Amino acid sequence: MAARNEAPRRVVVNREGPILVEGPVEVVGDDGTTTRSDRFVVAICTCRRSRTYPWCDTSHRRRKPAGPSESRPDGRQPQEGEEDPRS
Amino acid sequence: MGCGRTRLPDAGAVRRSDPYGDDLQLLLYVLYELHYRGFAGVDERLEWDPALLGVRAAAEDVFLDALRRDCGSGGKDVAEAVDALQLEPVGDDGHSVSHHLQREGELWQLREYAAVRSLYHLKEADPHLWVVPRLRGRAKAAMVAVEFDEFGAGRAENVHAQLFADLMTDLGLDARYGRYLDAAPAQALAVVNMMSLFGLHRRLRGALVGHFATVEITSPPGSRRLARALRRAGAGPAARRFYDEHVEADAVHEQVVRHEVIGGLLEDEPELAVDVVLGIEVTGHLEDLLGDHLLAAWREDRSALRTPLAQP
Ligand code: FES
Repeated sequence: MAARNEAPRRVVVNREGPILVEGPVEVVGDDGTTTRSDRFVVAICTCRRSRTYPWCDTSHRRRKPAGPSESRPDGRQPQEGEEDPRS
Repeated sequence: MGCGRTRLPDAGAVRRSDPYGDDLQLLLYVLYELHYRGFAGVDERLEWDPALLGVRAAAEDVFLDALRRDCGSGGKDVAEAVDALQLEPVGDDGHSVSHHLQREGELWQLREYAAVRSLYHLKEADPHLWVVPRLRGRAKAAMVAVEFDEFGAGRAENVHAQLFADLMTDLGLDARYGRYLDAAPAQALAVVNMMSLFGLHRRLRGALVGHFATVEITSPPGSRRLARALRRAGAGPAARRFYDEHVEADAVHEQVVRHEVIGGLLEDEPELAVDVVLGIEVTGHLEDLLGDHLLAAWREDRSALRTPLAQP
């Protein structure tokens, strides 16, 4: 808990990206595991696509459609955050 | 150079040289290095030698003119330029070194990649620090916070340049500073020279910020692919840690640089938008030239270095 005379901890909310919290931060997962980061600001994933969950790894980013030669054999575009299996 | 007997190239010869070629890039690299850690046996006062600074200025004009001509759009829309960086291509567009290495990179290519990148990563974040006295308020506070993280947040063993040295050792490379300068192609020198150019000139502070944002924004996905490439090639834990750290750290830095550093700078000096865009464009251009050079060599199964590495 922040002491009474300290400035409140700042949390920056972003519509498309992570929540930014001033560190250090400990995140408790629903399975009870805790993960800690000492960084000055910590980016907590809100899109649930991160491969380093609970930390953001920029998997929330929108993807640029591939050119014609890049389309997949099944004609499906990879979902956001999904790594193209060939890449 | 140390004893004053060597003849310096005259300004005319500098102006006639290829802006991306070995001669001009090595000239700039050596002159800039005097501002970082210098060279053993070279007089430290040469850092501010007027004759050397004159040659450097001529070489910088050649380089910067070429960069403006070849990739400067003159655009002012910073938000659009930054958004474009955040769009990840789906799959490999054929120019991406990290995609290539993740998919089919062989250990010798990963070693070459690390040797080439060591020019920057062994002085990681150093060129960007020069911009700090030229900023104020939000931009300055945020820039320093990100740099603090790059420099290990007070712990020597976590300085990013040290993490990279550990990676090199894991790959059987020589992690001493400057060891691969002679082996690196001009395209790799150009990337570092751009940072020194932007960092050392106050008038290019906007370009430095645009360049820095590009590095931080494009780093997490690229680092993730490189971490995978290293895992696949069986590299040791220190080699993987460097890129794992960059996925997580730069996902944070990206947000801070975009909103606070760029946002703060443009609030103070909106007329610098055109330079921020220039920094973004130049970074992309020089990274593409380097990537194309590496991939062209590797696709033909030959070394991309000027002198191939010794086997580990
Ligand atoms: S919010 Fe960035 S990866 Fe989920």
